[in-house]
Amino acid sequence: MLLPAFSLAKRELVRFFRQRGRVIGALATPVMFWLIMGSGIGRSFAGEGGDYLKYAFAGTTTMILLFTSIFASISIIEDRREGFLQSVLASPAPRASIVLGKVLGGTALGFVQAFPFLLLAPTVGLPLTAIGLAAGAASLALTSFFLSSVGFFFAWRSESVAGFHGIMNVVLMPMWLISGALFPLDGARSWMGYAMRANPLTYGLSALKSAIIPGAHEPFRMATSFAVIACCAAGAFVACSVSVKGDKA
Amino acid sequence: MSAAITGCQVEPSRVQHDTVTGPAIVVRALEREFGERKALAGVSFEVREGEIFGLLGPNGGGKTTLFRILATLLPPTRGTAAILGHDVVADPAAVRRAIGVVFQATSTDKKLTSLENLIYQGHMYGMSGAPLRKRAMELLERFGVADRAGEYCEKLSGGLRRRVEIAKGLLHGPKVLLLDEPSAGLDPGARRELREVLEGLKKDGTTVLLTTHFMEEGAMADRVAILDRGLIVALGKPESLCAESGTDVVSIRSRDPGKLRDAIAAKFQAPVSLLDGQLRVERSRGHEFVPQLVESFPGQVEAVTVAKPTLEDVFVRKTGRSFVEEPAPAAPKKGH
Repeated sequence: MLLPAFSLAKRELVRFFRQRGRVIGALATPVMFWLIMGSGIGRSFAGEGGDYLKYAFAGTTTMILLFTSIFASISIIEDRREGFLQSVLASPAPRASIVLGKVLGGTALGFVQAFPFLLLAPTVGLPLTAIGLAAGAASLALTSFFLSSVGFFFAWRSESVAGFHGIMNVVLMPMWLISGALFPLDGARSWMGYAMRANPLTYGLSALKSAIIPGAHEPFRMATSFAVIACCAAGAFVACSVSVKGDKA
Repeated sequence: MSAAITGCQVEPSRVQHDTVTGPAIVVRALEREFGERKALAGVSFEVREGEIFGLLGPNGGGKTTLFRILATLLPPTRGTAAILGHDVVADPAAVRRAIGVVFQATSTDKKLTSLENLIYQGHMYGMSGAPLRKRAMELLERFGVADRAGEYCEKLSGGLRRRVEIAKGLLHGPKVLLLDEPSAGLDPGARRELREVLEGLKKDGTTVLLTTHFMEEGAMADRVAILDRGLIVALGKPESLCAESGTDVVSIRSRDPGKLRDAIAAKFQAPVSLLDGQLRVERSRGHEFVPQLVESFPGQVEAVTVAKPTLEDVFVRKTGRSFVEEPAPAAPKKGH
């Protein structure tokens, strides 16, 4: 059960580091977004007593996870009908371990890209402490697992990459937009506030902010945020496994 | 239950094993529908242990659908299929352990080396460590890819990569190997090599089921089933199928084939078909027919060939259609 899963996850990492374009793209895009948005909006944004570069830092880290999970999900669609995944599906490896392998692979990919970015925290005046870094890493791992599972769930049902783009625009991107990455929960209109509270990613991001921003005014306690994102990650994974198992084709 | 499906004589195959064993693959009344379209409309056959069995037919004839059902990747709509006694629907895990599958589309990861591809594959089958590495190198050696074992698969030629695919399928030592269009996209040299690989598998006693739309490739199988529009139109040993009619095939080229066809049909009381611009007549003594033909229609015959029927001719006889001209169906299977 675990050997196929770890093997599949390892393959994702090996593949990733062998494609330099992917490495550069995955790191450069969010940094670019962050610099453009952060520097552009700059001091017009009066939240949290700092400028926007600082505010958007945690959200950008989550964006890296989001992009990675989207890329990983697209590879599922491409691989499934013809390619590597087809021979995996014809093998006796349990379906759940195939799902676990792909999701863990996506999680690891997200993590190895987002974590180095986290180390840039001092550039916006956020101190790096061992505890903060450890908690931050934990929140990244959970959020990455959650996003990879959600991506897998939709990718498995998508017939084509084009179809998945629709899902990406309607589900994944908005999930990030209203996670508190761009604007804080407490300043949003009430209906938006509800939507943000219903969004699992809000808790993942809040956990990250609680971890790396000293004295962060987060709407949730850190333990609550961790608990919610962990449960959502587990739930999304179970949904994937059930979905794949029920799919006889 | 008997294996005879069509009128073809099915002779006992050459001596291969000292024990009499049951069939490796049993397919019964198998049907598969995609919406309105019937990709398989009731197919039954058996593949004996140790034999090379060819599924022939035009694209869209149902080969790939049948292949995917046997590989446990697609459930049948009706009917059953079992490999080494394991039903593909009731016990897919047992089937997956028993079979090796080589897909038409490359399943090797191009960013991994040949050896790595085999190692990852082994992990899926619960193999690991030094024994797995040893087995993988053995197979790469056997297929002549060992010296390129450390190169990314994207650097390999189509023929070499196909050999890695086959090595991948054989890694866990399956008794039954399923090959989907193994020669598609290969140059003639690589196809010859593939033939040698198949001969080797046969010697090992591996049961091989392969699909192909190259009719001449069916000749290397012990038995073939010709699939057309979801049905088996012929089943038997290639040589028996070809010899079945006991006739020669006379092909005639003419400037005005339509007119000549009617004239020949009227004079010789024989059915003449016009396929791909050539007239085709089946005669029991072809060499005697040719002089009569040429003398009867002076100046109208441009070229004549007399040949023993090939599997392609068998297809034409059974379906009344040209094999090559068969257009791909409008609604292909998803993802095929």
